[in-house]
Amino acid sequence: MNWNAIRVIYVSEMMRTWNTLLQSIASPVISTCLYFVVFGSAIGSRIQSVENVSYGVFIVPGLIMLSLLTQSISNASFGIYFPKFTGTIYEILSAPLSFFEVVLGYVGAAATKSLIIGAIILLTAGLFVELEIKHPVWMLTFLILTCITFSLFGFIIGIWADSFEKLQLIPLLVITPLVFLGGSFYSINMLPPLWQKITLFNPVVYLISGFRWSFFEVNDVSVGLSLFMILLFLGICLAIIWWMFKTGYKLRQ
Amino acid sequence: MQPIVSIKNLCKTYASGHEALKNINLDIVPGEILALLGPNGAGKTTLISTICGIVSPSSGTVLVDGHNIVDDYRTTRQMIGLVPQELTLGAFEKVSNTLAFSRGLHGKPPNKSILEKILKDLSLWDKKDSILMSLSGGMKRRVLIGKALSHEPRILFLDEPTAGVDVELRKDMWKLVDKLRESGVTIILTTHYIEEAEEIADRVGIINNGELLLVEEKTDLMQKLGSKQLTIELKEAIDNIPASLESYNLDLSDDGRNLVYHYDTRRDRTGITALMQSLNQAGLALRDIHTSQSSLEDIFVNIVAEKS
Repeated sequence: MNWNAIRVIYVSEMMRTWNTLLQSIASPVISTCLYFVVFGSAIGSRIQSVENVSYGVFIVPGLIMLSLLTQSISNASFGIYFPKFTGTIYEILSAPLSFFEVVLGYVGAAATKSLIIGAIILLTAGLFVELEIKHPVWMLTFLILTCITFSLFGFIIGIWADSFEKLQLIPLLVITPLVFLGGSFYSINMLPPLWQKITLFNPVVYLISGFRWSFFEVNDVSVGLSLFMILLFLGICLAIIWWMFKTGYKLRQ
Repeated sequence: MQPIVSIKNLCKTYASGHEALKNINLDIVPGEILALLGPNGAGKTTLISTICGIVSPSSGTVLVDGHNIVDDYRTTRQMIGLVPQELTLGAFEKVSNTLAFSRGLHGKPPNKSILEKILKDLSLWDKKDSILMSLSGGMKRRVLIGKALSHEPRILFLDEPTAGVDVELRKDMWKLVDKLRESGVTIILTTHYIEEAEEIADRVGIINNGELLLVEEKTDLMQKLGSKQLTIELKEAIDNIPASLESYNLDLSDDGRNLVYHYDTRRDRTGITALMQSLNQAGLALRDIHTSQSSLEDIFVNIVAEKS
């Protein structure tokens, strides 16, 4: 293992976050606060409790997931896309590095950053509503696995994208709808029966369900299934990245 | 001596179908400076990029110090430093951080004193805290060299190191190359500038259309292919070359004051002695004579024109 290389990639990626602290941390916190004001207080006060959890509290796990997913993807995709864009990727390609080490550096940094944002949002949420976490270890497990998995997914998008437009395309067109339709703001039991079936094809449903269960023991699908689905997605992402480095897809001519 | 880089039957065809390298065979001797000359699009950068791992070879093998660049890439890439042609640098990093980054990427632990020495050698020490974006083109070029040297490579690839660089920096770079060679680093550089190859290289390879046309010791090459010219300055201008001198194929300058004789140093007889006698017999008085040798550039143009 080339630990020195992993270290320098990780540190330089974290430095980038540090240098852009305001965008990196402040913007997800502000947008979460807005969600709380609009959905939690203004609209939420008129909504009945969901599965015996008051609506303002019910949306907390979904909101954290929403930020986590978008942040993980944008951090990791930008982290690898930028060297491709400026040409400095030559250094990564000509260094004595395996794909796993590159991923560990870039994805590790992106996931760390998302984890920090997730923690900050959780603390912010604590200011608005009274939160009780029934299974903190499970909560942390889902949090970390989601950060890693979606940072891997972002890394794939960063390699695939060859323009800044494409970099935004997947998060906007795919991820945001999946998260909104994945039960961030509602329980899928509230949907008509047909849509309940269709929605099971949305992988985000499993993430949010498992994560929500760790807070309130309220879940749409079983926790085991949630865990299995997220591990499956993680495995698929890793396999795609391995293939990308092996074939040099959009990296090595 | 075992070559430090050994290239056998190397071919590269890009996805577009462009054949960038056609069956390249080349051995590079440890400690030498090899200059690869060739016009734009000849395949110089592809050749370098393949050895460094940026481009995957289509077929053929490359060994670096006996290790295969594909199977044993960790060993080979640790030995190699690369200075790319384009000024590809990050934007917001500090100079010293970017060097430390490159060193780490190649698996070396942090070492402040080595990086300090490199920065000082490259006259970058007072810029160590500058942000990359704020540097001039010449300074960026120095930073790229510093990055390539940061992990103390045994082989250094310089892709067009002096393209768009001012005269002072070019001289500085030649000095640096010389210094590196003394420390035992093998240097492979590509260049458009023939005087650069002439100035610093031990051997010269000429690439055109993806083919390595020849690799020769620079002095051999110039001697072997170089014709010499003897220019004879006359005291008094003449209108025509005297008939007795016809066999020498002399050229007469427009003002009638200079006669130019072409000869080949490879021959046993250059014909100079006979020419002098004939000039004397023809009654021509000489003011001065001087010789000039064809440059690498003339040789290069001839070879490329011949083969294409």
